[in-house]
Amino acid sequence: MTVPRGEIFGFLGPNGAGKTTSVKLLLGLLRPTSGEAWLLGEPIGDLGMRRRIGYLPELFRYQAWLDAREVLALHCELAPLERSTWKDEIKAALATVGLTDRADDRVSTFSKGMQQRLGLAAALLGKPELVFLDEPTSALDPVGRHDVREIIRGLSARGTAVFLNSHLLSEVEQVCDRVAVVDHGRVIASGTMDELLSGTAVRVRVSGLDGEARTGLARFGPLDDEGDQLTFTKLDIERVPELVSAIVKLGGKVYEVAPRHQTLEDRFLQLLHEEDA
Amino acid sequence: MPPILVFARLTVQEASRRRLLLALLILTLLVVGFSAWGFHKITTVTRTDGSPLPPEQVTLITSQLLIVVTFMYSGVLALSAAVVAGPLISSEVESGLLLSMLARPVRRSEVVIGKWLGLAALVTLYAAGSAFLELTAVSWATGYLPPHPIELVLYVAAEGLALLSLGLLLSTRLSGITGGVIALVAWLMAWIAGVVGDIGTGLQNSALQNVGTISHLLLPTDGLWRGAVYAMEPDVILAALRAAGTAGSANPFSAVDPPPTAFLAWVVVWFGVTLVLSIWSFRTREI
Repeated sequence: MTVPRGEIFGFLGPNGAGKTTSVKLLLGLLRPTSGEAWLLGEPIGDLGMRRRIGYLPELFRYQAWLDAREVLALHCELAPLERSTWKDEIKAALATVGLTDRADDRVSTFSKGMQQRLGLAAALLGKPELVFLDEPTSALDPVGRHDVREIIRGLSARGTAVFLNSHLLSEVEQVCDRVAVVDHGRVIASGTMDELLSGTAVRVRVSGLDGEARTGLARFGPLDDEGDQLTFTKLDIERVPELVSAIVKLGGKVYEVAPRHQTLEDRFLQLLHEEDA
Repeated sequence: MPPILVFARLTVQEASRRRLLLALLILTLLVVGFSAWGFHKITTVTRTDGSPLPPEQVTLITSQLLIVVTFMYSGVLALSAAVVAGPLISSEVESGLLLSMLARPVRRSEVVIGKWLGLAALVTLYAAGSAFLELTAVSWATGYLPPHPIELVLYVAAEGLALLSLGLLLSTRLSGITGGVIALVAWLMAWIAGVVGDIGTGLQNSALQNVGTISHLLLPTDGLWRGAVYAMEPDVILAALRAAGTAGSANPFSAVDPPPTAFLAWVVVWFGVTLVLSIWSFRTREI
């Protein structure tokens, strides 16, 4: 698997699939038991290569007793960046994440969302060539999520590769050029959005189907069962009449049938369903 | 600034910003003031016939009281070092604080050594500062100064550094509370084992003596404490202890001889081994 420069790459998977572990392995925070990987042409674990990388951890926490500017100065020092560039780097990073007004406030006074913005600012210091963002919007409100998407697109536009770890599929769908789905530590699918989302999904609003009847619908492919709402995550549109007929035969009542293009969530659930099967 | 010094500076800065230094300074000034008053009272004590105590007796009482007061200081230092060192690495791993920093071009050994250096600077500063204030107060109140004040500071500081090193080692693998408690219990056990060893010396029982020797090897805090005691003993006390023979050494607040050179050499090795173990332990830890 390769992620080229300037690409926004989404790394998806259910909780515990191995997304964060993979990122930690790539950053040299964990040692691999086997296998090889390279970042920016260097083997993982190379210290010099880390100068060219930005990282926002999933579990983000910063020194509560420092102010935002001091935290960023600390990261400039560890990066390490030329001291003469610190002021401009910090100013630009704070402006990008919308924390300019809080630059001199202690981190202890920050909300979780603001701390996540601060972490993103730290990851952007020094114009890294590759940025790892592990669940970068988990603590953000909708405005914050929109801002982060814009930041990610901006990074890509200037040639920075973005490795985005997320289980917020709508977000990934909006920004990523390519994705890989991982489960139980193994990549089970990868490709561009167009390659992955080629099928049709069908959502049906029903009543009167018991558990046994729902099992009887398994022949129509992977099913996301949400009670009254059944979503067949990959179903050829030509099979919709057959599906409706089958539901009625099983004693169900059909109130609505809505075929649509497969979303990333549909595809994701389909892949996991196939993996479990 | 190299990463080691960055982490050392951060450790000092955190202690300062979290007001640990301020709290220690205020408490130390209170203790110094209170003890200065107490030491001054010794000079005003009179005999039953109304005459003041002779200077030799004032020196005797002051020197012994100073040992007890210093034991309190060394206890504060040991407790503080263990409590601060216990969570020094573990809490930052658990909270995720270290993740973003370790993704920078930073070696884990630099984190360990940097944090050790920062806390070591604080321990040494506290040992030197509190000793200076206390000895100045005692000298003002009674005119007495222990015979080897520099050695006294070095031994007390080394005792704090030993607890700091142990706490840091435990912090690379255990939670802050667990590491801190283990370090404190180890310090107390080493002290008690030292007393047991003294009793062994008094009774000329080699098994009990070995308990003291082994404890000094495993955790040299008690041996260092005895060095501090020796640095405070005036000649008249030393002469009395030597005259008492082996019975004179069966007391955790007395020392007939300075710590042997072999022990001091072992202390240097012990610090090196503990620091290397800490680095190895943290390098092999998954975070």
